[in-house]
Amino acid sequence: MIFGRNGKRTVVSEMSPHETVLDYLRLREGAMGTKEGCCEGDCGACTVVVRSLQDGKAKYEAINSCIAPIGSLDGRDLITVDDLAASGQLHPVQQAMADKHASQCGFCTPGFVMALYALYENASAGVDRTAITDGLAGNLCRCTGYRPIIEAGLAACNSKAAGDAFGQTEVLDQLKKETSTSLFIGNENSFFAAPATEDELAQIYAEHPDAIIVAGATDVGLWITKHLNKLQKIIYVGRVKGFRDVATDGSGLTISAGATYTDAEEALAHIDPDIGEVVRRIGSKQVRNAGTIGGNIANGSPIGDTPPLLIALDAELTLRKAAGERKMRLEDFFIDYGKQDRKPGEFVKSVFVPNLAENDHFRAFKLSKRFDQDISAVLLGSKLTLDGATIAKGRIAFGGMAATPKRAKHLEAWLKGASLENPSSLSEGVRVALKQDFAPISDMRASAEYRLRAAHGLVMKSLFEIGAEADGAHADTRLVGMRQRASA
Amino acid sequence: MTHRGLKLNPPEVQEPRAASHGSVGRPLKHDSAELHVQGAAAYIDDLPEPRGTLHVAPGYANISAGKFKNLDLTEVAASDGVVAVLTSADIPGVNDCSPALGDDLILSPDVITFHGQVLFAVVAETREQARMAARKAHIEVADQVPHVTVADGKAAQSSVLPDYSFLRGDPNTEIKSSPISIRDSFHVGGQEHFYLEGQVAMAVPGDGAEMLVYSSSQHPSEVQHTVAKMLAVPDAAITCECRRMGGGFGGKESQAAQWAALAALAAHKTGKPAKLRLDRDDDMRLTGKRHDFDVTWKAGFSDDGVLQAVDVNLAARCGNSADLSTGVVDRAMFHADSSYYYPHVRIHSERIRTHTVSNTAFRGFGGPQGMLFAERMMDAIAFHLGKDPLDVRKANFYGEGRDITPYGMQVTDNILPDVIERLEKTSDYRARREQVRAFNKANPYLRKGIALTPVKFGISFTLKHLNQAGALVNVFADGSVQINHGGTEMGQGLYIKVAQIVADVFGVDIDRVKITSTRTDKVPNASPTAASSGTDLNGMAASIAATTIRDRMAELAARLYQCQTAEVVFAKNHVQAGESKVAFSELARLSVLERVSLSSTGYYATPNITWERETATGQPFLYFAYGAACSEVTIDTLTGEMKVDRVDILHDVGRSLNDAIDIGQIEGGFVQGMGWLTTEELVYDDKGILRTHAPSTYKIPTAFDLPEDFRVELMPSEGNQADTIHKSKAVGEPPVMLAISVYSAIFDAIASMAKPGTKTLPPLNAPATPEAILKAITALREERRV
Repeated sequence: MIFGRNGKRTVVSEMSPHETVLDYLRLREGAMGTKEGCCEGDCGACTVVVRSLQDGKAKYEAINSCIAPIGSLDGRDLITVDDLAASGQLHPVQQAMADKHASQCGFCTPGFVMALYALYENASAGVDRTAITDGLAGNLCRCTGYRPIIEAGLAACNSKAAGDAFGQTEVLDQLKKETSTSLFIGNENSFFAAPATEDELAQIYAEHPDAIIVAGATDVGLWITKHLNKLQKIIYVGRVKGFRDVATDGSGLTISAGATYTDAEEALAHIDPDIGEVVRRIGSKQVRNAGTIGGNIANGSPIGDTPPLLIALDAELTLRKAAGERKMRLEDFFIDYGKQDRKPGEFVKSVFVPNLAENDHFRAFKLSKRFDQDISAVLLGSKLTLDGATIAKGRIAFGGMAATPKRAKHLEAWLKGASLENPSSLSEGVRVALKQDFAPISDMRASAEYRLRAAHGLVMKSLFEIGAEADGAHADTRLVGMRQRASA
Repeated sequence: MTHRGLKLNPPEVQEPRAASHGSVGRPLKHDSAELHVQGAAAYIDDLPEPRGTLHVAPGYANISAGKFKNLDLTEVAASDGVVAVLTSADIPGVNDCSPALGDDLILSPDVITFHGQVLFAVVAETREQARMAARKAHIEVADQVPHVTVADGKAAQSSVLPDYSFLRGDPNTEIKSSPISIRDSFHVGGQEHFYLEGQVAMAVPGDGAEMLVYSSSQHPSEVQHTVAKMLAVPDAAITCECRRMGGGFGGKESQAAQWAALAALAAHKTGKPAKLRLDRDDDMRLTGKRHDFDVTWKAGFSDDGVLQAVDVNLAARCGNSADLSTGVVDRAMFHADSSYYYPHVRIHSERIRTHTVSNTAFRGFGGPQGMLFAERMMDAIAFHLGKDPLDVRKANFYGEGRDITPYGMQVTDNILPDVIERLEKTSDYRARREQVRAFNKANPYLRKGIALTPVKFGISFTLKHLNQAGALVNVFADGSVQINHGGTEMGQGLYIKVAQIVADVFGVDIDRVKITSTRTDKVPNASPTAASSGTDLNGMAASIAATTIRDRMAELAARLYQCQTAEVVFAKNHVQAGESKVAFSELARLSVLERVSLSSTGYYATPNITWERETATGQPFLYFAYGAACSEVTIDTLTGEMKVDRVDILHDVGRSLNDAIDIGQIEGGFVQGMGWLTTEELVYDDKGILRTHAPSTYKIPTAFDLPEDFRVELMPSEGNQADTIHKSKAVGEPPVMLAISVYSAIFDAIASMAKPGTKTLPPLNAPATPEAILKAITALREERRV
């Protein structure tokens, strides 16, 4: 494989399929600036920036190097904290961090510097506090309380000088050209493959149905680092042509399976601001820059955040294998815990999300112990089709309430024909219906009792809001993710 | 000096120091700041590995309690890259890594008393090989039903240490005869340290029995002694070094020792350097946390809310061994008064043994748990009487004639009334109380709450002999200065503060002062860097060492330039001796020529510490650090979610040595405390296995959780009443407890939903997660329905 190492063309001819970027840096290069905090993509100490050419422009993406396969860098340029201070001069982000007293123990600091560096490079207009805290949601600091880090980020990103050391795109051009064909490192029993086209992907997966398909590795990375599952056959789909496409037409949105959350965030938010807010709260910037909607669907997690939303929106899934394609409603894909309707050699190709109709009212809420970068205890996606103040039809799905993302069909049935004139009067019925729909489990995220009670709270919240909206009013029910703000 | 939102100006110095050009009192950067931002500050795992370095991984069974009958390590030993497998039989000396009581096994020979007890350790060529091999053991166990919770341990009458009490007067009778009395019980959760750098050590064998151990430890001397004892060699053969930790927070006070011991044992066994770095999940499973407590209390008070008597029982989950639980639970007792006078009082404590990891030091060391009780009691009294909780607090503060703590120490430096009065004004508490009320009237879904709570934190180790420190200062012939002391750097800025102190002793610029790693061969028998005492102790010791050298240099200067010693002044990198003025570096050069020693140790033992635990008499603390915080929150009554809207902090650091460092400690401590009381929840299953052993499930605050409106001010101060270094005050731990204002504000928001006149206290446990909040709300709603 060929990648850039701070702009320098670098060739790796031997590697184990599961070698991570962090191990490459620390164990191979002996570059010790990048730290391992948790080795599961949750603390951000290992944040590095990957630079690549997108639509002819250099784009900077912060990722967690601890769970990223080194092979996924093929054709891209890797920049680490060791690279920023050029000829004895601190980078503006580093200078601001030092000036603002933004490091104490210093162990998380390289990760913060790199997360801010990505923001700095991508910044065009004024960067506000929300952009900073969002950009830092994946970086944990246990010492400072964050205030000086936020201020350092604001100071640096808003004082950006024109031109920078890493701005040249020639090297990216060259890397892109050199890596336009399929990559295969290893042998029949152990390999890292990065097919360049969908047909090649279908073919190699047909030959190796026991291989693991990896996009962002935000889940699979943990199999490697935590379960010590040394995967021998990895098919990386990040370089498949067209696999990152997000396309809109008159009827809806088609998200290709390799599109990251970041790629799809804006288009999804356009359907409804609540979807944008839920996507914003999935993992962190580092996770969203790597993780994909397709992966979120394909791994079948009962607490994946996008499937309940997509089910409520009645999304359609396209699966592909060497022999051809088939389509199904997304909700039918999830059979049981850990079990999806995917045949050997078959992979998720894309998902189609239909537009909302004019009288559709959508709401999505995510509940977790912490607002940012947490896994949902309960997630609601709800589409109510109104006829005046009456619910003509409801399509309501939950995450975290069952072994799979699942629709609340009793609730949908019960709400059909209900009036939103006085939503409080629906409370008891909602409670009863949810109990018929779900028997959630208790785990470290929430008890079964809380899940049911909070699910009821979320449904009521959506009814209060939509009821007020239908009445031309506004119900102030939220602490975060204000719809006005999200759609602005 | 208010820092609001985005407008942080460099903190101003409160008043000029004696030497106004000096370093003390200036907001200097952390000494490693520029290295931190470049990733160039080396932590132990970043150090170059000596040739042939091996890697160690611990192995443990998947149960919490019982014995292992057969430990089959055949497959482990045969695994790729494995060089050795260590068991308890390999330990030549004492198999113990406890801080005091000899009850923590390095490698268990038979018993399993918690999930994560280390049974064996793999030594392999790579870390990955060691980790993979460690999972290949076949362990045959005879398990028993574990005691997981405080209640389990109590039911089994199992404790790690005897109960202990403070008693004054006749609280039981007085509570009964009080006009009003309340009883209540609640749970205070523990807390994972989540230092970003996990536990790590590297041991490098030297000549004969010598060993150099790099350990990420707050207590290198204890690591040294543990390793020596384990290898049955003299302490003098072992050196422990720590340049910096990637966070400690108490988690590396006693519990860094086991990992250093295992690395040393591997090095001893193989003759090769050996490194052990715990994987994050193992770190969280295998090392102790903040103690969680079951608190049961009753109190009697007047119609005005003035306490007459308090009786509280603090039952702590200590885990499977004592570790530091003597001091931790004592400190919970010492702070169960918070800032309030209890005329009649009983503070009882139980140190419960459970089959869980041994809980340990954590910033505040039990103090936060004790104080949380007192503040809940204040909120409860206010709730009961329908009064503003701040008024109830004020009515109960220590004051004249009401200034003896439950442990008999008189509070003589009480500045709290001034702190509270100032914060009440600057936070606009009263007007905002009205706004909160109005908001709650108008909004059917969201509720606001506000609370202003105090902090009074006792400074000194309550274990008397730890209140000592040593330092070593060297001046070189070129006038550069090297300092070393027993304190460790974990991010708190100790090194820079001590450097500032020493720079000013010599009147030289800070960049002339070279900071060096903490090493047991430079300063022996040091105390842990803990109890917020790092600067108080080591700053004083370093100042004494530097002053000894300066006095010698002054004497020489007086002789050379024919003036009185008292006329020699060290300032601005120069020495003024009578009419003559020489560069400091020149006087250093002359000192060498004139055979004047430029090296000195310094030693300091805190005065006036007279505490006797046996009799519960005397003075445990040199002084108190004070502060207060006002927090405003909003809760979502449909889901229990909570957001902190605004926080105002006023904190007392005496005369600050470095405002920037102190403010960093205050803000960081507050946010860490806020995490403890809100999102950070440790969940054990009924088998005693921790389910929240990674940042994916254990949630410390993120940048988003920092209140957007966050105002921090240092209390203007003439300086510490006690004779501390430059009249400064300790600042490491006290700010954690400022976060109790968030918990109280949440209580306030929930309480606003109560049916008028209800006496049912909202049952809010800590941490106040969305689930805990919704549960308390539900309890009030059900009360309304009745």
